[in-house]
Amino acid sequence: MSLLAQAADGAADTSSALATKLATPKVDWIAISPAVVLIAGALVLIVIASLAKHTKWVRGFSTWFTVGTALTAGAFTFPLWDRVNHARATSVLVDALHVDGFSVFFTVVAVGAVIMATLVLDGYLLREGLEGPEVFVLMLLSASGGVVMASANDLIVLFLGLEILSISLYVLAGSHLRRAESQEAALKYFVLGGFSSAVFLYGIALTYGATGSTNLTEIAKYLTNNIVFSNGLLLAGLSLMLVGLGFKVAAVPFHMWTPDVYQGSPSPVTGFMAAAAKAAGFSALLRVMLTGLATQRLDWQPIVWVLSVASMLLGAVLAVVQTDVKRMLAYSSISHAGFILIGLQAANAAGLSGALVYLFAYAVIVLGTFAVITVVGGRGDAAHSLDDYNGLARRSPFLAVSLTVFLLAQAGIPATSGFISKFGVIRAAADAHSYAIAIIAMLVSVIGAFFYLRVILRMWAGSDDHDESSTANTADAADTADVVAQIRMPIATQLTIAFAFALTIAIGIAPQMLIDFADRALLR
Amino acid sequence: MATSMIFAATEAATSAVSFPLLSMLVVLPGIGALVVMFLPSARVNELVLPIGLLFTAATGALSGWLMLAFDKRQASFQFVSNHEWIRSFGSSWHLGVDGISLWLVVLTGFLFPLALLGPDERHNRKAYTAWILLLEAGVMGVFLSLDLFLFFVMFEVVLVPMYFLIGGWGHGNKTYAATKFFLYTMVGSGLMLVAMVTLAFLARKNIGELTFDITKLADAGLSKDTARWLFLAFAAAFAIKVPVFPLHTWLPDAHTEAPTAGSVILAGVMLKMGTYGLIRFGIYLFPEASSWFGPVMLTLGVIGILYGALTAVVQKDLKRLVAYSSVAHLGFIVLGTYALTTQSLSGSVLQMINHGVSTGALFLLVGWIYERRHTRLIADLKGIQKVAPVMAGMFTIVMLSSIGVPGLNGFVGEFMILVGTFVDHRWWAVVAASGVILAALYLLWAYQRTFHGEPDEANASQIHDLTLRERITIVPFVIVIVIMGVYPKPFLDRIDPSVKALIRHVESKTDRREPAVAANRGAIVAVSNEEEGK
Repeated sequence: MSLLAQAADGAADTSSALATKLATPKVDWIAISPAVVLIAGALVLIVIASLAKHTKWVRGFSTWFTVGTALTAGAFTFPLWDRVNHARATSVLVDALHVDGFSVFFTVVAVGAVIMATLVLDGYLLREGLEGPEVFVLMLLSASGGVVMASANDLIVLFLGLEILSISLYVLAGSHLRRAESQEAALKYFVLGGFSSAVFLYGIALTYGATGSTNLTEIAKYLTNNIVFSNGLLLAGLSLMLVGLGFKVAAVPFHMWTPDVYQGSPSPVTGFMAAAAKAAGFSALLRVMLTGLATQRLDWQPIVWVLSVASMLLGAVLAVVQTDVKRMLAYSSISHAGFILIGLQAANAAGLSGALVYLFAYAVIVLGTFAVITVVGGRGDAAHSLDDYNGLARRSPFLAVSLTVFLLAQAGIPATSGFISKFGVIRAAADAHSYAIAIIAMLVSVIGAFFYLRVILRMWAGSDDHDESSTANTADAADTADVVAQIRMPIATQLTIAFAFALTIAIGIAPQMLIDFADRALLR
Repeated sequence: MATSMIFAATEAATSAVSFPLLSMLVVLPGIGALVVMFLPSARVNELVLPIGLLFTAATGALSGWLMLAFDKRQASFQFVSNHEWIRSFGSSWHLGVDGISLWLVVLTGFLFPLALLGPDERHNRKAYTAWILLLEAGVMGVFLSLDLFLFFVMFEVVLVPMYFLIGGWGHGNKTYAATKFFLYTMVGSGLMLVAMVTLAFLARKNIGELTFDITKLADAGLSKDTARWLFLAFAAAFAIKVPVFPLHTWLPDAHTEAPTAGSVILAGVMLKMGTYGLIRFGIYLFPEASSWFGPVMLTLGVIGILYGALTAVVQKDLKRLVAYSSVAHLGFIVLGTYALTTQSLSGSVLQMINHGVSTGALFLLVGWIYERRHTRLIADLKGIQKVAPVMAGMFTIVMLSSIGVPGLNGFVGEFMILVGTFVDHRWWAVVAASGVILAALYLLWAYQRTFHGEPDEANASQIHDLTLRERITIVPFVIVIVIMGVYPKPFLDRIDPSVKALIRHVESKTDRREPAVAANRGAIVAVSNEEEGK
């Protein structure tokens, strides 16, 4: 709460400052509407929920209220999108925020992630016997932080967004009160996250020292007009910011928290984390590097190259030896971060668009994956070992088919969105003549395919023994149902999985719309 | 279904372009897979085979119609259909067929219904049939794509159904075999993806737009070195698929553990995706590099012939023996491809079909033996001829075709390859010719051990002759084997113009000139040319 109060104070301060300075005569509410809606929704929800505590309808109400809030925030992106496409980008709040195609794109991703994670969380809370509303409040807040990050044009505002996002996530990670792993994850995430935020902040300070501003436009202007001869300070600032954001997107070597936190957090929250937090981290990384520090390209490109290759390789290799599915996906998400970094490393239009498409597609896939994992995990959210996936096809064909598609998509098999996104970044690398990284990426995806296939085979092959014995019996479909306990899942979860499934295939077959969206989501 | 087909046929008779024949070849099996997936589970067991057969047979009929409607005088692509797909990537749904791909498409249409009909698969038929239909869609797509991006998509997509077929319906160490198959191919195709994107971007300067259209990419204007590097990446992908000698180790596992239909399709058409790729993309896009790397590929081809044959000799498992014989046969195709003469290249294209037909049939027969006897070990099989004379007869014909006995199809292709190679690369041809003798050795010896002699107790009681369903399946193979062996002219007539055009394309891009002897199709073909003159 105290944080909320601070945020509200901060907003009040800024607006009063605006009124006196007249730098912009009035706050452009439409431009910042998605973030405002998300924050307001969170506040209203927590008030209602705390007044009406201990009544039965709270959980259901919170779910729908959260979805409604997110949809409203999403609806506000339509006029915004129209605006950023027809006019120049809007700079609001004394150039602290840039509302452009880029920020609208990430708003859509964040809002979508909230909706999908909420629908899964609803069933999860019911199953686990948890109370609820605060989880939704935190998720809305976290998404608002992500939106702020994506549009921040000032490093301080960026930091604020980052903190709103992260602190909510720390608490979310620990939101399963009866699981020690969840508490452990929260603490680990908090300690390491706090540390990386501090590093990031120090990076901002050094950059300010080197360029005289925290505003990205100003920084870019300064660096264009002046040649920095002794650039130690700038380089240090740049690297520290890379470290801080590298932590958020889980790039090697700043990935240490990922496996534990992914494993310990409640499964729907992990999905949200992998989709929204990663997207927000990348939005900040892309904006800072490609606008403010674009002139220092030759300095940060090699660093990003190393981060990218290390993430891809280490993530994939370590994923192979995991026996816990959530841990495996944590390492795979590290590997995916490496792939997305290829887009940044290319530092061209194709790279930016490729990274955006990748983030969008990955968010959908990973939310779907963790929705399936939530269901398979069962009461107590504990059944996550590879063995728990044996014969899933028999217990629930729907889950097995969906997870198969999600995993094949992560492996980058054509006709899924995963291939389109992988192709996008490879295309950017080839355009930038970074052939080595493209080849490494493709070889890494073979390692990736290995561990995804392992899960897939377990799901389908586990069903063999049973089916073979029942082939003598003509009505084998009927007795399968008798013998095997079918997995039941809430309708909202089913919807989420079906939606993610449909989107994964649709983007794989007809990606032009998404690519157009990403192509026009320009940084301005 | 039938009426709409007839309607479509009459429509196409009036204007050949209006009916999207090639698109239908890709889409129809895909629709079939969807239909099968949504069959009501109560009646799925009785419905699934007829429906699967209906769709594969309809696709087969379409490919037959394509064969009849194909204009044999034309060397360039026919029935072209070109629709924009992903604008930003410069890729399109671009399909076309020429003499090189025509017979592979027909072979695919021919093989799939028979592969579905032949083995009596009882375990989870619905998924099995759906995967096979999906596989057919992908394979058709591979052979018909004129867009590199589309080709790549199809090339990778076929991995998934085959992976599940081996992993779900295979025998023994199937998980290992399936995964190995998948990962091996993926390594190669990963390299190819990078090469293909690089090619498109480098060519953009010369072409003026980002495109994956291979007819445009052929004029990419690459420097020699770049082209050679790109060729290597493409060749790696296809060499794994073929498989060319040091990269072949996935094949014996995959073939042996796959279910019968899987082996038939794998050997029949999926290996050809590699050799076809080497011709269509390797030679066509990188003529100079192909000719520069020619000696290397020729040597690998010859090694493959010898290695495959020698390894086949010592196999204890009948199915593994057939699998290694594939390595040898595919070695011939690689040899003919990189000898780069009209004759050898035509021979290679023909040999792809020959191998598809005869090895497909061999795998079916071995599969039937396994179904009855539950073993593939040659040592356990004995005297089958006594208890199953028809099977023995069919096996003999198919085996002789695989050996390359004159009068059957295998001879024509191998002979053309050897003659065409001999003109320019004498010693390679001489060494390769010994592969023919080795083929006779391992196949005849295997036949002798399994079919001759007195059957022991187990063989006599468990093995019975071919059922009606099996006879219906195998007879078309035998008919094709004999027709192609006795009268290959209709096949070669359609292959030749495109092959000649390809060789001319190579000559226009390099200083390589084809020896005059090889340009005229030599012995067999000379006869057919005379006939043409009459």
